[in-house]
Amino acid sequence: MALCGENWTWHCDRVIPSDLALARRLLDELLARLEELHWSCRDIFGVHLAVDEALVNAVQHGNKRDVGKQLRFSWRVSPRKVRVEIIDEGPGFDPRCLPDPTVPERLACPNGRGVWLMKAFMTHVEYCGCGNHVVLEKERSD
Amino acid sequence: MPADTYLHVDLKDVGDVTVVRFRHHKILDDIDIQELGQELFRLVERDGRLRLLLDFSAVDFLSSAALGKLITLDKKVKAHGGTLKLSNIRPEIYEVFAITNLNRLFDIRKDEAEALAAF
Repeated sequence: MALCGENWTWHCDRVIPSDLALARRLLDELLARLEELHWSCRDIFGVHLAVDEALVNAVQHGNKRDVGKQLRFSWRVSPRKVRVEIIDEGPGFDPRCLPDPTVPERLACPNGRGVWLMKAFMTHVEYCGCGNHVVLEKERSD
Repeated sequence: MPADTYLHVDLKDVGDVTVVRFRHHKILDDIDIQELGQELFRLVERDGRLRLLLDFSAVDFLSSAALGKLITLDKKVKAHGGTLKLSNIRPEIYEVFAITNLNRLFDIRKDEAEALAAF
């Protein structure tokens, strides 16, 4: 992942309480930057969906809805790329253990699609360390 | 909340089909999704409405948690011998259904007329 060398024109690094409403307001700021740069609706939809799923995972599964815990995140935007990092205080998980939600025997299961959607809509998704640190990147498609 | 008050959907009867139109542009917030699920499940389990058409024309964003409620609704409708169809889904959201293969689980139609004709 090329963090250095990319022409990041906007960034936001914050540590916030593990509050989904607050995190979503900050995500709206990121999406507004993409709109200003005239990213396509489809790309913005994909970033919105993927980052929201990552935030839900961090708040609900990582930090177990404990508002006393923190979320550490970083948004970076260049004209061609967006990069998001989210770190929670949970024990992490092994993403390789997640079952494929699209196979017929799991199709009617109501849960377990968040990471699948993140990978589908972003260019690159990586879990670091113990799995409580996710990095998502998307390259502009047009 | 009174039993017949719906915060998240509007209902329209077309013959014996109940057209359920989502009110909100985003189906995202955890509490809203829980309430939406209760309203949808109530249609089936309490009111006995077993031919449902979900109209997504107002919806421009939904999360995987919302998909989970739709899957549970589908199970409840089928368990009661009913039929569930979806229509008016914008392309970005249809892509969510396609990526997750849920376009194979749900009967998704282009618009209300096509969906009603398919009941």
